[in-house]
Amino acid sequence: MSVTETRPEAARQHEPLNRFTRLRRQAKRLGIGQWALYALLIGMSLIYIYPFLVEVATSFKTDTEAASDPIGLVPNIFSWAAYSRLFAHSDFPRWFMNSAIVTVFVTAGRVFFVSLAGYALARLHFRGRGFVFAMVVGVMAVPGVVLLIPKFLVLKELHLYDSYPGMILPLLVDAAGVFIMKNFFESIPVSVEEQARMDGAGTFRVFWSIVLPMARPALITIVILSFQGSWNELSHFIVSTQSPELTTLTKGVASLASGQLSQGTQYPIKLAAAALMTIPVAVMFFIFQKRIMNNTQGAEKG
Amino acid sequence: MATQVATSRRGGSRSSGIRSGERLAGWLFSLPVIIILGVFLFIPVVMAIWVSFSDWSGRGSPLSSGVNFIGLGNYSDVTGGGGLAEKNFGIAIRNNAWYVILVVPIQTVLSLFLAVLVNRAILRGRSLFRMAFYFPSVTSSVAITVLWLFLFSTTGVINKVLSWFGVNGPNWFNDPRGIVHVALGAMGVDAAPTALTSHGLLGIDWWEWLSGPSFAMSAFVLMAVFTTSGTFMLLFLAALQNINPELGEAASVDGANGWQRFWRITLPQLRPTLFTVLTLGLIGTWQVFDQIYTGTQGGPGKTTLTPAYLSYESAFINQQWGRGSAIAFILFLIIIVFTLFQRWVLRERKVSKRRSYNHQAKGKKS
Repeated sequence: MSVTETRPEAARQHEPLNRFTRLRRQAKRLGIGQWALYALLIGMSLIYIYPFLVEVATSFKTDTEAASDPIGLVPNIFSWAAYSRLFAHSDFPRWFMNSAIVTVFVTAGRVFFVSLAGYALARLHFRGRGFVFAMVVGVMAVPGVVLLIPKFLVLKELHLYDSYPGMILPLLVDAAGVFIMKNFFESIPVSVEEQARMDGAGTFRVFWSIVLPMARPALITIVILSFQGSWNELSHFIVSTQSPELTTLTKGVASLASGQLSQGTQYPIKLAAAALMTIPVAVMFFIFQKRIMNNTQGAEKG
Repeated sequence: MATQVATSRRGGSRSSGIRSGERLAGWLFSLPVIIILGVFLFIPVVMAIWVSFSDWSGRGSPLSSGVNFIGLGNYSDVTGGGGLAEKNFGIAIRNNAWYVILVVPIQTVLSLFLAVLVNRAILRGRSLFRMAFYFPSVTSSVAITVLWLFLFSTTGVINKVLSWFGVNGPNWFNDPRGIVHVALGAMGVDAAPTALTSHGLLGIDWWEWLSGPSFAMSAFVLMAVFTTSGTFMLLFLAALQNINPELGEAASVDGANGWQRFWRITLPQLRPTLFTVLTLGLIGTWQVFDQIYTGTQGGPGKTTLTPAYLSYESAFINQQWGRGSAIAFILFLIIIVFTLFQRWVLRERKVSKRRSYNHQAKGKKS
């Protein structure tokens, strides 16, 4: 119908028809392209997500079924054996607790120290500010693996080796976090603080009760980064601890993987441990996913 | 604006009491960061530099009087001398170089591809797709390695899927054969040409350098791509959303097709992000440690040995602390050199040159 309608018009004016049919053709191609795009995206997401589904499913399988049917998502025999062994007959709960302790202290400490320093570098005028900032940037450039041996040496020297302070203190400050906070403070207007300072509030008062509440979005970014960073940290705990009482999840599960278990492959129990240690960061991810997804822009600039 | 306020204040009649208070506060506020970075980063690095020049065996303090300065001894042991130390270092560099060569381009292209896909404005469920691609990035390397050991085991998911296509999958994490050697073998090249075996570098001959990553290392390559592409996708996505759409629309009106618009208009504007992604990729891929510690400890046949793991192993397991530190600092140097090199390659060129570069790039693709 639309064709008969447009045809006489086309006879009169050549140009508009051309544009019209071109648009229609484009829309049609878009329709097919759209389907292909969805198919591609769904296929790709499946590749990214399916391994985690397999992880959870296998943790409920028996050892033999894990070997005979690695792909199926529904176990033939639903078994809690892996979990009961992890909780009743291994140090897993202890590892979990250690990871939680370290993560809580590191996250709380980082939020406070990093925002203090970020504020000082962004707003306060003091001699040596440029030097402090240069030091922070310089530290960011040192790759982590270079620090394995150095950290061990200094922890030994300070008698902090194999202790909670030795696990927590070196992680307490993160140069990238200082950077992010400094950038954030520079982006908010100075007028509010000025007013408060004019009214006679001290620098820390201004920081604590006026600036910090305004910095909520940036602070959440710091919380996410340090929670993820310290929960997933492995190498620092390898070089700072040796006793089983101080083993964290990452170190403990790594020892499971490299064959601390007596015999067989025992994939269900290993995957159960891997799945459990993923839960806290996954929960964090789902709570803050909007912020994580939209915040990289700021982080990249930082 | 901040500086403007600052200068006006400085020129104003504010009493010096507040200013000195601010000076003190500035130092007090930065003090925790300065102390922790100083004690746990700066001093340790200085100590480790000393250890890398010493014969410290791990007993007592490295600063005690019994420890001797031996100059560049630890460095020359791993870069020459023909011993096992040199050979191990050569193998570690070879393994990691293949890893870098494969991971950096694949993860960059894939993350850009994913970003372009999910950036479509008309797409429904964009955030769901983004979450799916990003999720592997938040999980710990230990958990992912455990999962990978299962997926790539002899009876694992990957080999099961391969068997659907009639392919008999390798025993991934136990197979030390290099994939280039295997491919050459399939084409009938079994023996190494003597030209390649008679010479070499760092204690291993050129034929060994060209072996390609082993099957075990290839599994780690795929793992790195799997876990990092989401992060880099977000970086590209942020950059894509900052691009002015008018340019693309103008080009579209002028008759440029999707490919042309992407290569000539979108990609040049993504240059800063591309730079960031490549730099982060290079720095990250030279530091492979967690997965090796968790999964293979350098095996099979040393084919997943990396400089980072070798440094750890030398120091903490074999008690050769000087050697371990020396390897760490050489690795540091490698990372710096590669980063500078990449900066130089991607430096801002004159417009005419860049345009010709884009032509070349487009020509290769089409």
